[in-house]
Amino acid sequence: MNRKNPLGSGFLLLAIAGAVGYGIGLGLDVLATGRLNFSGPVPSAFALLFALTAFFFGVYGYRGITRGLVYQVVGTLLGGLFVTGVRALMGLSVFGPFFFTEPAWVFGALVGVIAFLFGVGVMDDWVKWARGMDTPDHHEDEPGWEKYFGVSLDHKVIGIQYTVTALFLIAVGGLFALIFRTELAASGLQFLNVEMSLFGQNGPQLYNTLMSLHGMIMIISILLGISGIINYVVPLLIGAHDMAFPRLNAFGYWVAVPAAILLLLALVLGGFDTGWTGYPPLSARAPVGMQMFFLGVFTAGWSSILGALNVIATVLRLRAKGMTAMRLPIFVWASVATSIIALTATQLIGLSFQLVMFQRLFGMGFFDPAKGGNPVLFQHLFWFYSHPAVYVFVLPGLGIISELLPVFVRKPLFGYRWVAMSSLGIALVGFLVWAHHMFTSGMNEYLRVPFMYSTLLVAVPTGVKFFSWVATIWKGKIETPTPMLFVLGAIIVFLMGGLSGPPNATIALDLHLHDTYWIVGHFHDTIFGGFVFPFFAAIYYWFPKATGRRMNEFWGKVHFWLMTPSFLILTFGMMRVGLLGMRRRIVDYDPALGFDFTHLIMTICAFGIALSVLIFFVNFFYSIKYGEKAEGNVWNSRSPEWQVPSPMPVHNYDRPFMVVGEPYDYGLPGSKYIEFVDGTGKQPEVVHVKEKH
Amino acid sequence: MRHYVIVGLLVIAMSVLAYFGAHIVWPMPVPASVQATPIDWMWNLQLIFISFLFSVIVVPLFYSLLVFRRKAGDGSDGEHMEGNTTLEVTWTLIPLFIVLAFAYMGAGNLADTLRADPNAMVVKVTGIQWSWKFEYPDYGVVSDELHIPVGKQVLLQMTSTDVIHSFWVPEFRVKQDLVPGRMTELRITPTVEGEFKVRCAELCGTSHAYMEKPVIVSSQAEFDAWMAEQVALAAAAAQTPEGRGQALVAANGCAACHSIDGSAGIGPTWLGLFGHEVELADGTVVIADEEYLAESIRAPQAKIVAGFENQLMPTYGFSEEQIADIVAYIKTLR
Repeated sequence: MNRKNPLGSGFLLLAIAGAVGYGIGLGLDVLATGRLNFSGPVPSAFALLFALTAFFFGVYGYRGITRGLVYQVVGTLLGGLFVTGVRALMGLSVFGPFFFTEPAWVFGALVGVIAFLFGVGVMDDWVKWARGMDTPDHHEDEPGWEKYFGVSLDHKVIGIQYTVTALFLIAVGGLFALIFRTELAASGLQFLNVEMSLFGQNGPQLYNTLMSLHGMIMIISILLGISGIINYVVPLLIGAHDMAFPRLNAFGYWVAVPAAILLLLALVLGGFDTGWTGYPPLSARAPVGMQMFFLGVFTAGWSSILGALNVIATVLRLRAKGMTAMRLPIFVWASVATSIIALTATQLIGLSFQLVMFQRLFGMGFFDPAKGGNPVLFQHLFWFYSHPAVYVFVLPGLGIISELLPVFVRKPLFGYRWVAMSSLGIALVGFLVWAHHMFTSGMNEYLRVPFMYSTLLVAVPTGVKFFSWVATIWKGKIETPTPMLFVLGAIIVFLMGGLSGPPNATIALDLHLHDTYWIVGHFHDTIFGGFVFPFFAAIYYWFPKATGRRMNEFWGKVHFWLMTPSFLILTFGMMRVGLLGMRRRIVDYDPALGFDFTHLIMTICAFGIALSVLIFFVNFFYSIKYGEKAEGNVWNSRSPEWQVPSPMPVHNYDRPFMVVGEPYDYGLPGSKYIEFVDGTGKQPEVVHVKEKH
Repeated sequence: MRHYVIVGLLVIAMSVLAYFGAHIVWPMPVPASVQATPIDWMWNLQLIFISFLFSVIVVPLFYSLLVFRRKAGDGSDGEHMEGNTTLEVTWTLIPLFIVLAFAYMGAGNLADTLRADPNAMVVKVTGIQWSWKFEYPDYGVVSDELHIPVGKQVLLQMTSTDVIHSFWVPEFRVKQDLVPGRMTELRITPTVEGEFKVRCAELCGTSHAYMEKPVIVSSQAEFDAWMAEQVALAAAAAQTPEGRGQALVAANGCAACHSIDGSAGIGPTWLGLFGHEVELADGTVVIADEEYLAESIRAPQAKIVAGFENQLMPTYGFSEEQIADIVAYIKTLR
């Protein structure tokens, strides 16, 4: 491979291998079906897998992620062939419309995921331990960018791997959104019409697949994004050298990579038409892409569960001396709250999807009324995770808002204890509200009322956060560099999401709002306010810590001022058409409803957001190498990670620190949050600057 | 103190502006049912609180940004204000009281939309991918349009033969899913005469967007006339095979996929189908005779037309006589 221009050789190999894979797939497809179908699923699937693998081969060589991908491709094929062979021996049908039959694809995909984990090398140490061999506590990472393409045990490397993967998935999910947003710009079918065919799907089917995958790919990208920030920041904030379980940490990241590939496979293998919710009986009838979707989400769930376990263990065990519960940085509280949910609820979405998988594979009638099953039961299982999941998405974001506000207003966080406890309050109440997604589902009519009460209760701890933020800003000496702009944008956008929530809780009104674009608008407001804006704020804020350079301030502001109004207009439009009768998840709308103009505006705004994110991407990758040097305490923060030079040293703090004061005592002269323990072993004196009341 | 007075006044002004602005940006469709009244009342109440809470947060936020922003050259920190327990308790307890009040009112509000009239007219609704079937058991009439008299409660007893659908007429506000294997109910009392549309609100597959059928609210007299006409038409159609077939086709929503005018659809068009050659997915060519059409209804996956490989037509469980009737109807489409 060409070491001088790895990206160039990557793209070259991508093109060549893509063409080769397409040819192989086409040949196999002809063998299986006897027809030549150029836009069919099988050639596309092979082209996708081959191109992706070859790209990483060109960039990085045959190791790390490349080896993982090769193992995954080979594992998938071997697993598929194994089941195909067994079927042949049993006298069952050998080939399906997607070359392999559905059981062969599912088993193959499962083998592929496991093979990936062995191939990438994340199991190496465990395998060695099982064989009675020793491994070093820390593995030395490769220098430069190459360490990000292989297994590293350093939480900072893993945090960046998570973050960049999340950004990649945001780009993919956003691209899908742009495609169907363009289709929706006018009534009637523009290009996703019934005559077209791609990946074995006609236009409306492809719309359904893209819309469904937009949802799930964004959700996975959010889960990876929060893992990225938490992984990078939490050990630094609490003064730990690493996460409690570094190998588990690496496993958590790498298991998400084959999961993301399965989701992409779902697109080409016939797609699926259920939305990200995957309700049966529709999901019991969808093409094989449905199974890739289920398996992908199931696999990604492991990342979430194991990551959450690691965060909780790390915060419980590895805090610096003196860092008591009420002296934790507020983002750590938010991370713990979100991890409690992820650790205990994620199993339910895995279980509900697994039950549908088994219904399809083995004819078990869990949700099939003809066999005594109950389709509404799925919805209960599904939402028992998927409602708390939105708090998994937003709690870290709200933590970032609370963490950064004091820095940029130069005032303590107002009501620290209340803000910390409100995160736990939201996490707790979030477990009791799931059935508010089911007010029209045909569940027991009277049971809806207690769920209305519990749902409305969420407004109370959320309100505490908003009021505390406003009180923090009040009379502060406010500065507005890019991270602060995104914090303020997050507050406004999340406020819109929060305020558009209670109407959905009051049941009778929800009977009108449910399953409309009102809900789509509400949801996007909560997620942009609770995750996307804070995520960007966090990246702009901690970018210098990771790279020793800062992102361009001017283009950061362009990003903000383009994205914020575009996004607000987009969601206002969504809510408007929703109230007037626009249902969710439709490829086309009745021109008599008069929505064409609003939809055109919304599409333009969507492209505005895309352009702003593109600007962010350029700024991000450009600044890694050419950004303005920023090695000191760029934001004049009290937080421990800013008291050492950037980029962060490999093993974090050379000297341990000790907490001697409150984290956010801005404006209190002489106060300190931490003090480093020097080499002489002399303990610093604990300073009590203020009176406790 | 001055700051608090200004902000207080601005909050009041902003609340009023936001309230009227919200009604302009977020209008509701024309209400056309008794059930819409309590729902629109609740919507208005929600907008009042939304406008106020929006202003309570946004006004002090922007005021601070303008008035308290860091002046050039000022390197000092802000006031050291740690918190205020009284304030925190206040803004916990007041919202708690408000949401409990909303939940209490919400329960009564729900009861208002569920109020049952013992004399309600029953219509049995079946959701089918991708059409609606309405049966009037009192009259023995089946239609793919919902006709109801104004001012009289109708009780929809709903189910689905395949996947979950959802019955929604935006002007009536209320919505209810149709779940296979069980019966769900929805009560609607229309108050405005006119033509509306029922739109499926739960994603149900490829043609979900087009699962819409007319809902016609008319005076009792017009409704009775329509019903009498339907009874007569049904009686006449029952005399011939193609008449019975056409009724079956309409009631089962076949046109959602198979056009009768030659236009493209999810399934092959029926116009000029009978007696012509059809190319199948495996490359063979067959003649669309009576036997082929009957087989394709009985076992849709037995022979798949080229270009429709990924469409999974469900089996409908028609009797052999019904299949013969439908084939007889298809034969008339030349």
